[in-house]
Amino acid sequence: MDDSENLGEMLARRGFGRRSLLKFAIAMTSSLALPPFIAQVMAANLAKAKRRSVVWLSFQECTGCLETLLRSSSPTIDSLIFDFISLDYQETLMAASGAAAERTLRDAVAANKGEYLLAIDGSIPVKDGGVYSLTGGRSNVSMLAEIAADAKAVLAIGTCAAYGGIPKAHPNPTGAVGVEDLVSGKPIVNIPGCPPVPEVLSGVLVHFISFGRLPDLDELKRPLAYFGTTIHDQCYRRPFYDQGKFAKSFDDEGARQGWCLFELGCKGPTTHNACASLKWNGGTSFPIESGHGCIGCSEPDFWDAGGFYTSLAGGSGTGWRNAGIAAAVGLAGGAAVALSARRKVDTDPDKTP
Amino acid sequence: MTLLEFARGPALQVSVLIMIAGIFWRLAGILLLRRRPQLAAPRISPIGQIGGGLSTIMSRFVPRRTFWPRIAVSVVLSAVFHFGLAIILLAGAPHILLIHQLTGFTWPNLPKGLIVIVSGMTLAALIALLIRRVGHPVLRLLSTTDDYLSWLLVFLPVLTGILLSGEALAEYGTLLALHILSVELMMIWLPFGKLMHSALVFAGRGVMGANFARKGAAT
Repeated sequence: MDDSENLGEMLARRGFGRRSLLKFAIAMTSSLALPPFIAQVMAANLAKAKRRSVVWLSFQECTGCLETLLRSSSPTIDSLIFDFISLDYQETLMAASGAAAERTLRDAVAANKGEYLLAIDGSIPVKDGGVYSLTGGRSNVSMLAEIAADAKAVLAIGTCAAYGGIPKAHPNPTGAVGVEDLVSGKPIVNIPGCPPVPEVLSGVLVHFISFGRLPDLDELKRPLAYFGTTIHDQCYRRPFYDQGKFAKSFDDEGARQGWCLFELGCKGPTTHNACASLKWNGGTSFPIESGHGCIGCSEPDFWDAGGFYTSLAGGSGTGWRNAGIAAAVGLAGGAAVALSARRKVDTDPDKTP
Repeated sequence: MTLLEFARGPALQVSVLIMIAGIFWRLAGILLLRRRPQLAAPRISPIGQIGGGLSTIMSRFVPRRTFWPRIAVSVVLSAVFHFGLAIILLAGAPHILLIHQLTGFTWPNLPKGLIVIVSGMTLAALIALLIRRVGHPVLRLLSTTDDYLSWLLVFLPVLTGILLSGEALAEYGTLLALHILSVELMMIWLPFGKLMHSALVFAGRGVMGANFARKGAAT
């Protein structure tokens, strides 16, 4: 693709007319919870937009986030938006390796100084000087500090990059942290999820390409339009929750009737994400629709927030042994105080019954 | 650690342990109270005394007709909130779930809408009882900090429970954490104030009834 070509020209070359772009912009404004009249502005801005350089660094991760984004539904304009960004550095996807790859990174950063988007997937290990994850002999910590310094904005993609994710789970042997624990003074947007919903990334990119800034974020720096409500709020099984109809096991009559999975550990009520509205695999379904409760993967520290199959109403109990010890301590303490009081009465002639 | 994780984890464990230890502390104190020797011959056999105890447990549910006009309001309101609390606790799905996870015992639940209605009635009864306590000159004089604190610690779980069921004013996770924490505060205070009657009421009535029966008094 010619770098001088704008998005409108690129889409036209691929058979998408102005009307298609406008339809896409209408869908996007709706998806981003923007006022309808913004759609025309967005379409006009998108048509004129030039390719935006994106540098993607993969740290302590499983590549699941990248896999998901690569396998998002196609061929839609969403996927062409991904084509439209200039992914100048991505270790898994690029052909170059070794010194050539490192040179590519340096060149991309130098050529787009202050203008490139920095995308991160994976957490950053900081323990022992960050030795637990190195690229070309450099720690993730030092790479992040260097590359983030000249970025226009930072996208933390996936729960690991956003909050530390699974590598940060107890006992966190590598001292894993999320991007915002290390980067300051830059606009950061967290797109959590294990993996994140691809359409959320395309929404953020479209917003950034159209308006030159990130969308409105919540207190955890997540795009409000996608993370403003809980899975529970949008869940099609919600009426069963309200009626008190719960599946008690994954193969009982309640489960077959599609009743609420709250008692089976569904974390939908405390999880903010767009799974229930955007769904997965081209709108096929989302975990609850497939019969499994939400595990809350887009929330910080989800891995340590109780068992996946422990309901939110439950808790980590004390166990019978501890309860027995507490009873014994109470019994002994109460008896000691009572006997002491009796002894006092016995020795006080005024109080003897 | 989020507020919800704190409420469901360490706070739950500590509050349950304090409650258990406190209840056994109180029980030890009561069992070791010095009792006057019973010198008079019993009017009834030991079996009859047990019957008297059981009879008193039941008879005290219904007030004497003589007192009814004076205490009707408080009896009805108290009955509403006591039975309301029992229904909420024993028939609400999340509560059954918690008991199941802690003990392994489970039973069917009532629909959420019904529990919300019962909760609303319970809350209204609690508010009416507080107004009566504050407004009644004698009752106000007799009331102690324990009375008001115990009222508050019962009121808060019901209030947060209703808010949670309607997911009103705050997010589900926050409301759930506040609800659990309010219950935990109640559990911590339970052995040390008048709420202990929830554990002692039937035993107390039974012992009193057995003594009455032994002496030949009505039970």
